[in-house]
Amino acid sequence: MMVTILFYIFAAVAIGGAIGVVLARNPVGSLLYMVATLGAIAATFVLLEAHFLAAIQIIVYAGAIMVLFMFVIMLLNLGHDYQGDFKVGFYTTISLVVTGAIAGVIRSNLLGVQGLEGTGAEAIGVAVQEFGVVGAIARPLYTTYVVPFEITGILLLVAIVGAVALAKRNVT
Amino acid sequence: MITDALLLSAILFVIGTFGVLVRRNAIIIFLAIELQLNAVNVAFVAFSNLYGIDGQVFVFFVMTVAAAEAAVGLAIIISIFRHYETVDVNNFNFLKW
Repeated sequence: MMVTILFYIFAAVAIGGAIGVVLARNPVGSLLYMVATLGAIAATFVLLEAHFLAAIQIIVYAGAIMVLFMFVIMLLNLGHDYQGDFKVGFYTTISLVVTGAIAGVIRSNLLGVQGLEGTGAEAIGVAVQEFGVVGAIARPLYTTYVVPFEITGILLLVAIVGAVALAKRNVT
Repeated sequence: MITDALLLSAILFVIGTFGVLVRRNAIIIFLAIELQLNAVNVAFVAFSNLYGIDGQVFVFFVMTVAAAEAAVGLAIIISIFRHYETVDVNNFNFLKW
């Protein structure tokens, strides 16, 4: 019961923060709302028994990616002399229609879904008992998903090289 | 609670989509895309409560790709800013018909 109440509180914070991200006039404000949203999502991860992912969410998203965004905003000096950047008129209408259609599709698929049942939670509980919180996720990562894992390493290397090459001045 | 988590995921995804569609500041658009990725992560974690740990492993991969994408995307935004002195996407319309 307690868990459910906490889940609703953090879900409300996440949704409020997400609305703030989209509607905030100042990019820095947008970013701070995003940090709040990510923190609330990390809390919902904890409530959904994904403790390791909650920690990673805080460290990687709120810690690294958001700081990267903040660096770029400050580097480009976007924090002040801000003019409104909402598309107005026709575009807003089309955007509302498109997002409404997506929301309608999701709603029609989720409506009437009650009491989803599965053995996943118990399996995760057993794995956590046996290998610990990190071991439970590390074991499939290094056995079943070892090839995608290595490819991810290559992806990160390519991203590093690409980011440096793009951001460097006077690359021919 | 799993259904609620899926609903939360859907709401966050729709808000992120709306942000991508209505904002013109490239960095905010990027932030909204990150929001969409996070919404999908919530759905993955919720489904991992039904089908086992594989969903959490997928969230791991999504986060890695998001980090790589943020680094490259922000580098692109910086190099665009050098040319045009703005990050308003209305000014980058070479591919617009």
